Amino acid sequence: MKDYFFLAFNNLKRRKLRSWLTMLGIFIGIAAVVALISLGQGLQDYITEQFEMMGANKLIVMPGRGMGMMTADKLTSKDLNVIEKTKGVDMATAVVYSVSLIKFKDEVKSIFVIGLPTDKTADIFKEMGGFEAEKGRDLKEGERDKVVIGYLLAKDNGFFEKAVSLRDKLVIKEKEFRVVGIMKQIGNPGDDSQVYIPIDTAKEILDKKDEIDAVYVQTKDGFVPEQVAENLEKQLRKSRNEKEGEETFNIQTFEKLLETFQKVFSVVQGVLVGIAAISLLVGGVGIMNTMYTAVLERTKEIGTMKAVGAKNSDILLIFLFESGLLGLIGGLIGIVIGVGLGKGAEYIARMALGVSLFRASFPLWLIFGALVFSFVIGSASGILPAIQAAKLKPVDALRYE
Amino acid sequence: MAETQEIIKLENAHKDYRMGESVIHAVESIDLNIKKGDFIAIVGPSGSGKSTIMNLVGALDLASKGDIFLDGQNIENLSESELAQIRGRKVGFIFQTFNLIPTLTALENVMLPMMFQDIGREERRERAEKLLKDVGLEKRTNHLPAELSGGERQRVAIARALVNNPEVILADEPTGNLDTKTGRQVLEILKNLNKQGKTVIMVTHDLEMAREAKHIIRLRDGKIEK
Ligand SMILES: Nc1ncnc2c1ncn2[C@@H]1O[C@H](COP(=O)(O)OP(=O)(O)OP(=O)(O)O)[C@@H](O)[C@H]1O
Ligand SMILES: [Mg+2]
Repeated sequence: MKDYFFLAFNNLKRRKLRSWLTMLGIFIGIAAVVALISLGQGLQDYITEQFEMMGANKLIVMPGRGMGMMTADKLTSKDLNVIEKTKGVDMATAVVYSVSLIKFKDEVKSIFVIGLPTDKTADIFKEMGGFEAEKGRDLKEGERDKVVIGYLLAKDNGFFEKAVSLRDKLVIKEKEFRVVGIMKQIGNPGDDSQVYIPIDTAKEILDKKDEIDAVYVQTKDGFVPEQVAENLEKQLRKSRNEKEGEETFNIQTFEKLLETFQKVFSVVQGVLVGIAAISLLVGGVGIMNTMYTAVLERTKEIGTMKAVGAKNSDILLIFLFESGLLGLIGGLIGIVIGVGLGKGAEYIARMALGVSLFRASFPLWLIFGALVFSFVIGSASGILPAIQAAKLKPVDALRYE
Repeated sequence: MAETQEIIKLENAHKDYRMGESVIHAVESIDLNIKKGDFIAIVGPSGSGKSTIMNLVGALDLASKGDIFLDGQNIENLSESELAQIRGRKVGFIFQTFNLIPTLTALENVMLPMMFQDIGREERRERAEKLLKDVGLEKRTNHLPAELSGGERQRVAIARALVNNPEVILADEPTGNLDTKTGRQVLEILKNLNKQGKTVIMVTHDLEMAREAKHIIRLRDGKIEK
């Protein structure tokens, strides 16, 4: 074995430039695959983590037909009452939100304002957001003109030019608020530049009257969230007088969301990796081509080796090792480049997008799998040329000029 | 006892080459007995079948008809890997064009035949070094073939042919690519090997060299001239 390896390596060294060019095909492919999978895996980990932070026993009821769509449909406190009474619901809390102008010192910007209940039902929302006050405290019951700010507001140039501190004054829609708490970092810039005020005040200044933008629901222990979601749908349909399939509200469970996400995501990733894999196929053809050339070039050497006692299987293995080695070395370089690309993309995501919790992930199976895979591609591409070399008749090979 | 003395025996050996429609009879009805320790020179015009006979004897090729015995064993019915074993152990080839592997050093070239046999690393190196010393190349062990003269390359090839300690040395025009002086040196090495008991068969165009052998076989049109 060691000898075949030695002979194979020796031959690759002889044709350095050609060996490098041949490996190019493999390492581009492997680099792309490793980078894509590591980023995909990282993204999936990130999102799953975010979902898990929110908790699986939570539901969100929102107006409109589907998540994220602009809608004129509304939820009201009547709906909240229905929801609270539905079977399987432990607690429900209403939130309102809107984009509004905010002034700090002399700077005026638009910001996402969230109106939160001040009683203990607000915990549902907080748990789902996965956040807590890092400095100061949460909003208290009965408070009207206090505000909790997102992490970035407390940083110089994070949102305003100057950092906002506890006890500073902020003006939202001409009403003055005092900062009582600063959220700890959530990890994405959108969520980290919001402000939270008591819901009653929010309804007043944001002109919401009886409107609710979302109801966050916590299910009772022992109930399946999906089942509770169904109950809610039925009850709300009845009270809102809507037909099945024509609802003007929608309910999201995190399980469903996560599942959908993962499904869509695996397809996208599969397609991307598939495209990268095509370049591996091309790399394999490159190796095959190189090996056929090598067999022709070395026909006389093959004859000589047979004349000194090499069996067909010896010749076969020497050539297979050679092509396998082309794949393996190509794969090694590809992995290094791929890890570099993945880390680079992670860095860019952090710097440019501020997504600090996102990490490119390089599980062992990825590295090991990429290595084995590149060796297999190399060897597989070398099979036909190697068989051709092994089958050469000694006299014919020796006569070859 | 007389039987065991016969190391090579050809019985009615034929080799035909089919070239499309026509058939070339490279060698025809060859009967030949070569005794252990003999030194045979094969001479004859170009195309008379000298190389063909060497290839048959060395198990590089199979006869179209007839039998070839090497050390009492009929090699016509052997499998590919058994033939490879014979080539590796029983015979040592020396070619006109040396046929060294250009990427391997002199030492590695000599070690090559042992890679295909079960021989330990240490022993391989020792044997190869000793043989290179025997042919006067102890200072050239780490040179690539391209860095050696023709005579030196042929001496490396001789060392390689001897490394598995074969009984028979087959040299097909070993001096064909060498000047007279280096050619003589190679011939001296072959004569020495014969003195040490090896059976040597050498193809040559040089009648003067042929005369140094114990017996001469003349070939013409694929047949032995009586
Ligand atoms: N693979 C082959 N296919 C077709 N014809 C062949 C083949 N090998 C040898 N021959 C023919 O067989 C005959 C004998 O060839 P061989 O090589 O044995 O001659 P030779 O005596 O060694 O000649 P030289 O002195 O030129 O080396 C020649 O006519 C040659 O053309
Ligand atoms: Mg010849």
